[in-house]
Order: sequence, then C-alpha cells, then structure tokens
Amino acid sequence: MSATTIPSGTKWWNGGRSPFNISYGKVMMWYFLMSDAFTFGAFLISYGTIRFSVNHWADPNQVFNAFPFAGHANLPLAFVSLMTFILIASSVTMVLAVHEGHKMNRKGVEKYMILTIIGGLAFLGCQAWEWTHMITGEHKVLVNRAIETWGTTVTHNPWGLAVSHETLSKLGLAANEHVTTPGPIAFGGYFFGITGFHGFHVFSGVIINLVMYIKTKLGHFDQRGHYEMIEKAGLYWHFVDLVWVFVFLCFYLV
Amino acid sequence: MSSVATLHGEGVHSAHDAHHEHHHHETFISKYVFSQDHKMIAKQFLVTGIIWAIIGGLFSVIFRLQLGYPESTFPWLEDFLGHWAKGGKLQPEFYYALVTMHGTILVFFVLTAGLSGTFANFLIPLQIGARDMASPMLNMLSYWFFFLASIIMFSSLFVQTGPASGGWTIYPPLSALGEASSGSKIGMDLWLVSMAMFIVSSLLGGLNYITTILNMRTKGMSMTRLPLTVWSLFFTAVLGVLSFPVLLSGAILLLFDRNLGTSFYLSDIVIAGKILPNEGGSAILFQHLFWFLGHPEVYIILLPAMGMASEILSVNSRKPIFGYMAMVTSLFAIAILAFLVWAHHMFVTGLNPFLGSFFVLLTLLIAVPSAIKVFNWLTTLWRGNIRFTPGMMFAIGFVSLFISGGLTGIFLGNSALDLQLHDTYFVIAHFHIVMGVAAFFGMFAGVYHWFPKMFGRFLNNTMAYIHFWVTIIGAYLIFWPMHYEGLAGMPRRYYDYSNWESFKMFGGLNEFISLVSMIVFAAQLLFVFNFFYSIFKGRRVTTQNPWGSNSLEWTTPINPGMVTGPVKYRKFTEELYDYAKDGKEFIPQNVPVGEDETDGH
Repeated sequence: MSATTIPSGTKWWNGGRSPFNISYGKVMMWYFLMSDAFTFGAFLISYGTIRFSVNHWADPNQVFNAFPFAGHANLPLAFVSLMTFILIASSVTMVLAVHEGHKMNRKGVEKYMILTIIGGLAFLGCQAWEWTHMITGEHKVLVNRAIETWGTTVTHNPWGLAVSHETLSKLGLAANEHVTTPGPIAFGGYFFGITGFHGFHVFSGVIINLVMYIKTKLGHFDQRGHYEMIEKAGLYWHFVDLVWVFVFLCFYLV
Repeated sequence: MSSVATLHGEGVHSAHDAHHEHHHHETFISKYVFSQDHKMIAKQFLVTGIIWAIIGGLFSVIFRLQLGYPESTFPWLEDFLGHWAKGGKLQPEFYYALVTMHGTILVFFVLTAGLSGTFANFLIPLQIGARDMASPMLNMLSYWFFFLASIIMFSSLFVQTGPASGGWTIYPPLSALGEASSGSKIGMDLWLVSMAMFIVSSLLGGLNYITTILNMRTKGMSMTRLPLTVWSLFFTAVLGVLSFPVLLSGAILLLFDRNLGTSFYLSDIVIAGKILPNEGGSAILFQHLFWFLGHPEVYIILLPAMGMASEILSVNSRKPIFGYMAMVTSLFAIAILAFLVWAHHMFVTGLNPFLGSFFVLLTLLIAVPSAIKVFNWLTTLWRGNIRFTPGMMFAIGFVSLFISGGLTGIFLGNSALDLQLHDTYFVIAHFHIVMGVAAFFGMFAGVYHWFPKMFGRFLNNTMAYIHFWVTIIGAYLIFWPMHYEGLAGMPRRYYDYSNWESFKMFGGLNEFISLVSMIVFAAQLLFVFNFFYSIFKGRRVTTQNPWGSNSLEWTTPINPGMVTGPVKYRKFTEELYDYAKDGKEFIPQNVPVGEDETDGH
C-alpha cells in the first residue's frame, strides 16, 4: 500500500477509499486498542484511587528486591528491570519483523517472529517466577499479639509498617526478627489482578505471534502478496508493551 | 453495470429467482445459523431481541401484579413459578430478582444488542453502499457471543437460588457477598460471566460498525452525506467501544471480590454477626466504574432510535431533514457529554457537592443538543406532506416521549432536587419514558419502516395502528402517574407499599398502573404476532422502494430470500435528501444529476 503514489488533492473522506489510507483490519485494531486502553485505564485508576486513600503502602524497593539464584541479596527492582528490558527488546524484534515483511523477506520475518515469541515467553517466565516468589515468600507479621508467617497474596499483605523491637519484647515475643504489621489488603489484589491481566495479554500476544509465525512459515503472506497481518500483530504487541510501561510505573516506581 | 438493471428492475425478485442467482451452494447451517451475511445477522439479533423483550416484559407484568394487588394471591402463579410464588404470592427475594432481570434484559439484551445489533447490521452496509460489513466473520462471532451471553443469562433464571437480585446496577457489597442474599449467590456469578460475553459481543460488533462506516463507504458517500441513521449508529458504536471495557474492568474486579477473597469493593463489613477480613476497598469505586459505562449506555440505547426517527420523519414528511449538520453536531455533542456526566447518578453517595456542581452543569448542557434535535424534528414535520405510516407514527411518538421524558431529566440533573427525587418513582418515570419507551418507539419505527426491506412483505397496518395507539396511550398512563408518586417520596424497589402510611393513598393508582401495563403488554404480543405472521403471510412488497425514500438501501433489489449478492452503486447526486424538487417526487441517491435538474434547493 505504501508503494502506491497518491495524487495530490485526493479527497480522503469522500468514500470509495479509506480516509486514513489503511486497511479496515488496521482501523479495527486501533479501535480495539483504544477500547483495551480503557479497560487498563479503569484498572489503574481504580488502583490509584484505593492506593492514595490509605496512609501506608508497600514499598516497592522492599517488595521487589529478589533475583533468581541470588539468595537473599538485596537488589531492588533489578529483576523487574530485566523483565522490562526483555519485553522492550521483544518489541524491537517485532519492529524488525514488520520491516522484513515490508521487504517481503520471509526468512527475515520468521527469524524475528521467533525472537519476539521467545521474548514474550521469557517475560511470562519471569512473571511466573516473581509471582511464585511473592506468594511463597515468608514474612513475619504481627497479628493479634502473635507472630504469623505470611506470603503476599490477594488476601494477605505482609508489607505493613515495621514493628519496633521494644514493642516485640513488651509482648514477650522474640525481638531479633524483622516483624511488620499487616499492610493494606488491596495491594495483593491490585498487583496480581493487574499484572495478571497484563500477563494474560502477553500470553494472547504470544499465541497470536505463534499463529503469525506458522502462517509465515506456510507462505500464506507470500501468496497474499503482503505481510499486513504481521503489522497488525505488531500493533497489538507494541500496545501490550506500552501498557507494561504504565504498569511498571504504577507498581514498581511510584 | 448491474446497478442499472437492479435499479430499474421489475419489482421484487422472488426467493426462487434469488436462489438461481447464487452460484455456490449454501446449506441451512451456513445460511440461517452461522451466517456471515449482515442482513441475516441483523435478523438473528432482531428475533433474539424480540424473545428477550417478551421475557423482560413478562417479568414486569408479574412484579406489577405484586405492586398493584399486594393483598391478593394468584394461585396460578405458583403453578408457573413454583416456590418463588408460594401460595400464589410472589416471594420478596424473587420480586427483587424480577426487577433486576427486567432491567438487565431490557437495557442490555433488548435495547443494546437487539436495537444496535439489528439496525447497525442491517442498515450500515446498505445505506453506505458497502457489500457487507468490514469483517463478516467477526460480525458472526458478535452474534454468537451475544447468543452465549443470552444462554448464560437465561440459565441463571433456573438456578436454585435464583438469578441476580441486586438491581441491574449490581452495587456491591450486596452483589459481592454470597451470604448477603439468595440472588447474590451463583446467579450473580452467572450475571457477571454473561455480561463479560455480552461485552465481547458488543466490542466485536462495535469495531465492525466503526470500521465499516469509516472505510467501506462507496465512492461519493462522504461523511457529511451519511444518512443520520448511520451517523447515530457510528456514535453509538464509539460509545460502546469506549465505555463497555470499563464495565468489564468493574465486573472482573467484582468477580475477584466474590471468588478470590480480594477487597476491591469491600471494607469493614459485618454479616450475620461475623466480621469479614476484607478491608480498604470502596463500594463507591464500583459505582464510578459502573456509571462510566452506565451513562453512555443510555445514549447507546437512545442514539440509534434518534437516528432512525430522523430518517423516518424525513421520508414520511417528504422533506429533507431540517438542519442536517446541526443534527450530526448535536449527536457528536451528546456522545462527548455522555462520558462526562456519570456522577449525576451518584449525587447521594456522599459525592463532594463542589464536584457535583460540575456534573450538574455538564448534565444540564445535554439539554442543548437534545433541544436542537427536538426542534429539528419538529421543523422537519413543519409544513411537510406527512404520511402517517405506522413507522411514521412511532417516529412521532418517539419525539413526543423524548420531549416529555427529557424535561424531567432537567429536574433530576440538578443535584439539589435529586437529593429529594433520587431512587423514587420520579426517576423510574423519567428513564422509562426517555430511554425505555422512547428507544422502543425508535425500534418499532425502524421495524415497521424497514420490514419490507428485510422480508419483502409489509406488516399488517390495522394491527400496527392498534399497537401504536395502545402503546403510546398506555405508556403515558403507566409512567405519568409515577411522577406524582415520586414527588410524594415513594421509593423505588420496594416490594409492598401497602404497609406504609405515607404511600397507602397510592394503592388505587398502583392498581391502575398495573392494569394498564398488562394491556400494553398484550399489545406488544399483538405486534409479535404481526411480526411473525407478516414474515410469511404479509402483503407482498411490489415495488423496490415502497416508501419513496431516496437513501441507498432502497436501490437494491428486495430479496425475500437471504442472499448476499454483489451490489454496485453509481455516483451520487449532490442532493442527498431532497424531495419534491424539479417536479420529481424523490430522487434516489444513486441517480446522477440530470440535465433537467437545478443546482441546490
């Protein structure tokens, strides 16, 4: 489509053509992304409303300081940075796949689609590790004058204020541990809810990319004469990436 | 070009002929069930919508029985409803379930899917000169997701603990806690899952309508030449695509609260003497998410009716619509304002009065585009050569209802008045007239007007006129007295008013309303009979363009069979909506400007 020259003075809105000079499929994808942006927007605004209505919230530097195989090393936000890097890198490979598609280079599209799929799967793997780490983590929490061991779940948030050693010894509890009070329950709900919903989008994106890869491999787009489907999959993939930037901002940086 | 042949074709092709035109073999399944033809999908939406409307209407008759005759028992109800009407008396739990399902069914399944689904699918491709929707495949899926949503919602009527009963707005915490009421158990989960499917259906449909209108217009059909039906369906689709996802978010969070123990909407709750661990959530948050959809939703319901009324009023007044651009602009203004007024449903939730004053202002601003539309409809009628076809009657009825229902909206939009009127019968009267009955009138107008195009036959006129007069008089008799009840403070959603000293005086009035509602319901059954009878036995359409309309859908042959043939249009004349110009009664849009024609009006 980009190869065709457009005469000047074309009346774009007069019918018989797309006013944006793009296919209906892409228009549809853009409107879908707008719709999906409202879904995520509603989630994130709800999160903001609840978060800023409470006095204390979990400190991301404490919650997200673990790294696989690093034991108890304190590495705030290191792992999530890696995740973000992986996802952005997969967006780069997606751009390259679209570029190869424009050049009608099937081998190139295949190569970069595979890399994008690997990037998506790697991100999902990282997310699975992070979730597992949070859910199975053990934190001492002071509940009803006794110490309980909590993980971070949708019903339990151990990331409240730290309890002083004096208070602990007054209660007759061992004062040599790091003990906290329960944090706002909403933290787990929003964290798992929103990152889960985003992860579901990444998963759908991986499936879409896989289908696109198979169709490329089977030569469907060569027969069709264009690789527009790769572009549409790319639009979705970049959107998912963009949403992650907002999720990253809201849960890890603020 | 084939258009010449079809344009001047000798009347209607029979189903038999149409079948011969078609080359590839179509099975029953691909033609009537998993059809990708927009005309067939439109009919599927319409018939499903009619079935839902009967169910939803029947529910209102049953709960009106309770409201009108609170002291009587109806033994036959027990045969029909079992333990929900023990001893012939409607159980309070089931009364709430009935009002909830009445609202849900009519708002979403009839007036959203049934109205937009039918007429967007049917009219958009035909009126813009496209062969079909942009993506017939997604269009088919849109119907089947709606069907799935329908099946789930319908099945929720039969679960042991009953369907959802927290009102169609499903406010938590009532809807979030299974222990709160019998309707908050599995019925509520089914409601939420069904609505999720419904939102997918609405999304797929909406994306299709938008892209079809933007991309598939035939050459010469610029945006400013689109019939107002297409404009209204366009804005409707945009509203749906941008507001339903927010309800989806709200519904997902509610499902999590119900089933995963999260605390999005719940905080500090004691139920049956037990303190719940949920903390920090906000029930008001749900109301914001719900009404961010909920308010655009009323325009999703109303705009298609406005568009169809505009078209039908113009055709049957034999005049172009008055102020075409003003009509488009006011539709646009309404679509924008629809997103900025949601909190006027929440004046009594403890909303900051300062913030509330902005919502009052924005709400009252809607009166401006609404008034523009009303005046343009009236001026379209003014000195027109009016033909009172059934479609026209309903379109005029729509304008009447829109005025009388819209005026009470100005009362309710003021937060100071709303504090008194909130959750009373005044609100019921307002939204039933302006959004319920008015949208139904738009839908009836559309069905009567385009039935010949859909099925190649006319609806029976006698039954149509009886239907119209009973419905419009009945609608006013039902809802007008409710204003007085509401002003007297009678709250909505109560099961029995006879125990209240302050509302006892309305006993007779309530009985009267119930009686009328049964008569009106019977008139709707007459319409349903007329509809199905006329599909098979109605008077045949003998000309291609029975109403003498100049929009494009009447320039294609009317096929009683369901055939998607390739349809090609020629270029348009500059005048789109003109009637009685240059001595011609009307000029279809695909006829080029003749030498004997003058420029302009």
